[in-house]
Amino acid sequence: MKNSKFLVFGILFGIILSKSEVVSWYRIYEMFKFQSFHMYGIIGSAVGLGIILIQLFKKEIIKDFWGNKITVKKKDSNFVRNLIGGTIFGLGWALAGCCPGPIFVLLGHGYLAIVIVLFGALLGAFVQGILRNKLP
Amino acid sequence: MIDFLSQPWPWYAGGPLIALVLFTLFYFGKSFGVSSNLDHLCSIAGADKFSTYFKIDLKTKTWSLLFVAGIIIGGSIAHFYLSNQNAINLNPNTVEELANLGFANSGVEYLPSEIFSIDKLLTLKGFSILLGAGFLIGFGTRYAGGCTSGHAITGLSSLQFPSLIATIGFFIGGLVMTWFLIPILFNA
Repeated sequence: MKNSKFLVFGILFGIILSKSEVVSWYRIYEMFKFQSFHMYGIIGSAVGLGIILIQLFKKEIIKDFWGNKITVKKKDSNFVRNLIGGTIFGLGWALAGCCPGPIFVLLGHGYLAIVIVLFGALLGAFVQGILRNKLP
Repeated sequence: MIDFLSQPWPWYAGGPLIALVLFTLFYFGKSFGVSSNLDHLCSIAGADKFSTYFKIDLKTKTWSLLFVAGIIIGGSIAHFYLSNQNAINLNPNTVEELANLGFANSGVEYLPSEIFSIDKLLTLKGFSILLGAGFLIGFGTRYAGGCTSGHAITGLSSLQFPSLIATIGFFIGGLVMTWFLIPILFNA
């Protein structure tokens, strides 16, 4: 199946997030307390390399597997949604100590309490989908 | 080799490897982002009956759901095969501050038992914190249009203004929670 490689990429991503301790509640707490460089180093170096990669995509120095130009989808631009949604997510990120990727990683680690966090996240996504047209 | 991989990885391994994952997804015609899968999972659970927002052609999202399934498997592999029980090398100030909030043994495990133990899960306060934190994550990421992977990494890497605004929001929320709300919620 041509999609099976994405399972492998997911496995690698799950291992990377685990071993670099991104999935640790303490690392997120420490980041928001500005008491460690660790998370800033990870996000900063990922973004730094990401900027270079995406420039190489734009200049077509790197093309995709089939030889086509790689384009990055434009994010929906809505100042209120980006800022308020981001802030709401930030509150949850700092409290649970995990963003969506690590929720799934920690599920794999076998933490039962994460099932409740995931259920809450699905409930939140559901309510957002229902209310979206009524919100700014 | 396994011993080497089982040590905690430094930031200069983790960050570049995350960029490699971003690269492979784009190389194979996809994009990098996890939180949209929350919408896909809602759709699978039947949310499309409540709102057209969840009418998603799931066949086009198979790759993304497989990516998430892989993330779970990757977590299990790290837990069972690549773990040497190293404590997380936290800043001693962090450990002390957390001790003052009633968090013992900070960094010994990935997650504090003060939030994630079964005992806490079975209390009304503990359950509400877990469910509420999840709700904020799900609602916020989907309203903002992405999470750490989609906005903070992919969006900032492609120099997109909406992602900068969202990432600023992530930090506003995170700082408010860490500096003002966590001390209230966990008043020892």
